[in-house]
Amino acid sequence: MSVAYKSAVASSARRISAMMLRHWYLLRSSWPRLLDIAYWPTVQMVTWGFLQYYIASNAGFFARAGGTFIGAVLLWDILFRGQLGFSVSFLEEMWARNLGNLMISPLRPIEFVAALMIMSIVRLAIGMVPVTLLAIAFFGFNIYSLGLALAAFFANLILTSWSVGILVSGVLLRNGMGAESLAWTLMFVLMPLTCVYYPVATLPSWLQVVSWSLPPTYVFEGMRALVISHEFRADLMLQACALNAVYFSAAVVSFLQLLKSARRQGSLMQSGE
Amino acid sequence: MPQSPPIAVERFVKIYKTDPAVDGISFTLAPGSITALLGGNGAGKTTTIATIMGLITPTSGRVTVLGAEMPRQRYRVLQRMNFESPYVEVPMRLTVRQNLTVFGKLYNVDDLRKRIAELGHELDLADLLDRPTGNLSAGQKTRVSLAKALINNPDVLLLDEPTASLDPDTADWVRGRLERYCRNRHATVLLASHNMTEVERLCDRVIIMKRGRIEDDDIPAKLLKRYGRRTLEEVFLDVARGNGGEAREAAQ
Repeated sequence: MSVAYKSAVASSARRISAMMLRHWYLLRSSWPRLLDIAYWPTVQMVTWGFLQYYIASNAGFFARAGGTFIGAVLLWDILFRGQLGFSVSFLEEMWARNLGNLMISPLRPIEFVAALMIMSIVRLAIGMVPVTLLAIAFFGFNIYSLGLALAAFFANLILTSWSVGILVSGVLLRNGMGAESLAWTLMFVLMPLTCVYYPVATLPSWLQVVSWSLPPTYVFEGMRALVISHEFRADLMLQACALNAVYFSAAVVSFLQLLKSARRQGSLMQSGE
Repeated sequence: MPQSPPIAVERFVKIYKTDPAVDGISFTLAPGSITALLGGNGAGKTTTIATIMGLITPTSGRVTVLGAEMPRQRYRVLQRMNFESPYVEVPMRLTVRQNLTVFGKLYNVDDLRKRIAELGHELDLADLLDRPTGNLSAGQKTRVSLAKALINNPDVLLLDEPTASLDPDTADWVRGRLERYCRNRHATVLLASHNMTEVERLCDRVIIMKRGRIEDDDIPAKLLKRYGRRTLEEVFLDVARGNGGEAREAAQ
């Protein structure tokens, strides 16, 4: 490895760490932001946990499928909160009117995206770790007992969340704050299609095709197979991984193209509507 | 090999959809010069500055900074440039020191602590370094933005109304600091401003734009003579109101 290459990598790492530091300072300075990250996943988990508790005590099948709902809620939150963590960090720059400063700095778009990806994991950890511990305390559901399977589920879900986050950020760069609602709502399009709470077989056959084209579907099916049949479906994880590679690449290419288009349209100077 | 000019704009055109914002302008800035870009609203100043910073792709023509074509080769030179504008802010929740640390790292500044201490001293920010930027007064925030713009000791500095919304005393103080920085560093500055006092004090060249074109371009003394006026404000008004030709003829 040449000295110039090493120096370029070190500079790049420094810029990524600068952006992480910026968002870490922000989170540290604002308890409402920290509370916001953790409170909704907790509400979700508690609501679905009690519902499952009630059904399990009345129906044999659900008694066997213990943990399906809470598992689904926790995995859905990884997907949703992962994307939100990415998009909100990006939106913070627009709300702060700081995007212009970043765009004229030596920060590369890919470094910006890398910093936002890491920050989405930090935000996810702040929000989800306490919730998973509460799930153990309240309902005896230990998501960490899924072991390596959890790592596979997490990797696939976070990749999908980043793909959506990157695409939304590109649209925000190109179209300004008028597209902000996409950051909050786009992921909900995936909720019914990825079969978070029910098997894919529940959908009409034509919709199943759509469902199987989305990586999270494989994760939620895999989770149900693991919790109900105690079977880890590595085949499902590999298919999810392959689809994620396609979606992630497409999202990065779209982001770069939207950035290029924003330069042509002059929209980088405006961060308003 | 001749040194590339700090900023060179050649037949630059920018058309948004069908509206030309800048219509074939050309100019070159000399190293160490302070140049004002003047013009009414919609004259094309912001588009020109944004293109020089690499934020906008020209429809045609060529814009280079320190020899690098913008925006295509921007990463060759962004480390040697910076920008200050009241319309772009540094994050308000972060303290001044945190903001300067973040931007210092983005610009890969060596010995960042020392540089922040220097800027704290030079811009009278030492006592404010650990206060949230959002809690500062307008004048203090402008000094923070200026500190951010100088964090990397830029060779090319772009300023968009650097003293807008400041009281006359603070504005004068800021101008003094800018003047001193440019003199010491031999930095090249392009300044967009509506404040003619500022332009007269700081700038050794004035480019006046109107409807995307350069209407006039000279040193302030020659402009005053050419239009037969005592202040640049009067020259600006002549050009903005379309009386520039008459004023020039009358002066001759």
